[in-house]
Amino acid sequence: MSQTLRIGGAIGAGLRKALEDDPKVLLMGEDVGKLGGVFRVTDGLQKDFGEDRIFDTPLAESGIVGTAIGLAIRGYRPVCEIQFNGFVYPAFDQIVSQLAKMHYRSQGTVPLPVVVRIPCGGGIGAVEHHSESPEAYFAHTPGLKVVSVSNSQDAYWMIQQAIASDDPVIFFEPLRRYQEKGEVDVSMADAPPLHSARVERPGDDVTVVAWGSMMKVAHDSATAAAEDGRSLEVINLRTLSPLDMAPVFASVRRTGRLVVVHEAPSHVGIAAEISARVTQECFYSLESPVLRVTGYDTPYPAARLEEDYLPDLDRVLDAVDRTFTY
Amino acid sequence: MVNGDQNSTGPKKKAPAKRRKSASTPAADPDMVQLLTPEGRRVSHPDYDVSMTDDEYRALYRDMVIVRRLDTEGTALQRQGQLGIWASLQGQEAAQIGSGRALQQQDMVFPTYREHGVLWTKGIDPIMPFGLFRGVDLGGWDSRAFKFQMYTIVIGAQSLHATGYAMGITKDGKVGGDDGEAVIAYFGDGASSQGDVNESFVYASVYNAPVVFFCQNNQYAISEPVIRQARVPLFKRADGFGFPGVRVDGNDVLATYAVTKTAMDNARHGNGPSFIEAFTYRMGAHTTTDDPTRYRDSGEVEQWQAKDPIERMRTFLRDDEIADADWLESVDAEANDHALSLRERVISMPDPQPAAIFDNVYHEGSQLVDSERAEFSKYHASFEGSDHR
Repeated sequence: MSQTLRIGGAIGAGLRKALEDDPKVLLMGEDVGKLGGVFRVTDGLQKDFGEDRIFDTPLAESGIVGTAIGLAIRGYRPVCEIQFNGFVYPAFDQIVSQLAKMHYRSQGTVPLPVVVRIPCGGGIGAVEHHSESPEAYFAHTPGLKVVSVSNSQDAYWMIQQAIASDDPVIFFEPLRRYQEKGEVDVSMADAPPLHSARVERPGDDVTVVAWGSMMKVAHDSATAAAEDGRSLEVINLRTLSPLDMAPVFASVRRTGRLVVVHEAPSHVGIAAEISARVTQECFYSLESPVLRVTGYDTPYPAARLEEDYLPDLDRVLDAVDRTFTY
Repeated sequence: MVNGDQNSTGPKKKAPAKRRKSASTPAADPDMVQLLTPEGRRVSHPDYDVSMTDDEYRALYRDMVIVRRLDTEGTALQRQGQLGIWASLQGQEAAQIGSGRALQQQDMVFPTYREHGVLWTKGIDPIMPFGLFRGVDLGGWDSRAFKFQMYTIVIGAQSLHATGYAMGITKDGKVGGDDGEAVIAYFGDGASSQGDVNESFVYASVYNAPVVFFCQNNQYAISEPVIRQARVPLFKRADGFGFPGVRVDGNDVLATYAVTKTAMDNARHGNGPSFIEAFTYRMGAHTTTDDPTRYRDSGEVEQWQAKDPIERMRTFLRDDEIADADWLESVDAEANDHALSLRERVISMPDPQPAAIFDNVYHEGSQLVDSERAEFSKYHASFEGSDHR
């Protein structure tokens, strides 16, 4: 059975399903109740599941994650909403020192099935602290799992899989794509594992790896490149920790060229990790260095400049061209 | 003597033929709940009282003597290189034993890294935190099984976990009745400045969570005196968050017991959170790496020495003929036995296997960690036959 849902709506539908399936699932965050979240992802859920399970929190992000940890110790499966990407930092200690390490410290006796949902990336003309891509901070932290959704189907599947996970999951949502529509198969039967990358468009000349809101840019680039007679293979990474490198290795062994696209700054970003691993595993297949198309190593700029900051179709195609110059 | 009998009342003493009861006069400082003066005299308080059997009085004393002796052993083990570090509770025995013994079986504890005394009252093998201080593990145990969360090193972080856990109790419908559950969150005067602690006050208040915040104000956060944390008495902060705060003589085991019991019962009956400031003193260093002579003078330490929690209880037991010299001596001997047993077991704690580095990073496992574990093993195997470890 399939239906058309916006990405935000698909996450909401997945949350609804998880709430129905498991009475221990809770949603907590700022404005998630009556308002349904500033992006309306939790719209209608409090009305249907009650204030005990879907509850507005005080405006204190460390408190959101810290109390979620306590609720998880108690046996609940809390899903925290962080309202905007740049607002997650007050919760940083609770995420990287407490949430990520509790299972390890407890010698495996205290799993923390907590999901932290974070709208990720820019492109909506927002004021500062609303457009950041903090995924590398969390992917760098052992004990956390990190995923990034980019379309309605994945959103529906992956939010449920994240909630079902007994490990803490940082769940990135593509802020500027919330309104984009897609077909959603509401059965879980065909859902690939949560931590798997997917080849979304086969190609022969250059591999392009992206995730989250950059998937649209990657696909548009492949379409444009095809008009120029160049065949791009587009891989949706989907999972940032752990990485699923096998499809990337297989692809690069065929194409010999790799461009990695992300919104976050390049320095010590996830593209650097992918580049290192591809260099190690596919060294003799590479026809060119791995190239990165990313945000710049600056703070996220003022809204009127963000189009110049964010990777777009032209910058991706430029990088694709450059892989042929070595 | 390993871990059996924390809950016993120790060697039995015959009931004395006659007894001189302490006079019941009001305590000197109306802002601080006290039931036993530094001189060992019972005093009364309009809101709090305890009525204990002689066995119960003796049990509290015995607890304090044993945890102090175990703590001394911790310091000694560190000095001898058997522990990397030790965080001494000396001076805070009454705050920890009084509050710990006021808990019920179903209550959950969220400690800092200094609550060895509270751990003892939960009937937990005192060796449990020594793995952390010896460095053979990260201080891990199943907090749910023990109703005692792992020690938390980041100052105040556990107060939010305690509050979340308490919110869960409410969601489970386990408040409102004598068998209701409640949570106690321990932290210190330094932690009272932490954002997490203040956020936990906000959360506990707005959700009316069954949690008691038990602040041991031991006057110092390493070297910083409490005036560096607050310009008002700490217990008064509770007012602004909308729940009751009370200051108790933290060196008075009867008062800390009474105040904690009331607060926990309030919480378990659904009357929400409260804050207890146990006014006490850290007699030793912050940890074994610290040198308190750099920031406090011996006169101050001597003043607090005169308020020692164990001494005053001993005086009370003796003067009220609840315990005689033989019994008191037998407790010291028992405490020594506990300490010796602990010492032997700590020294023989095995080092973990190196590959344990890779265990339990994720509940559901990780290919990345597994591949690193395999590389690690392969690398070490390549030295087989040599003395490389």
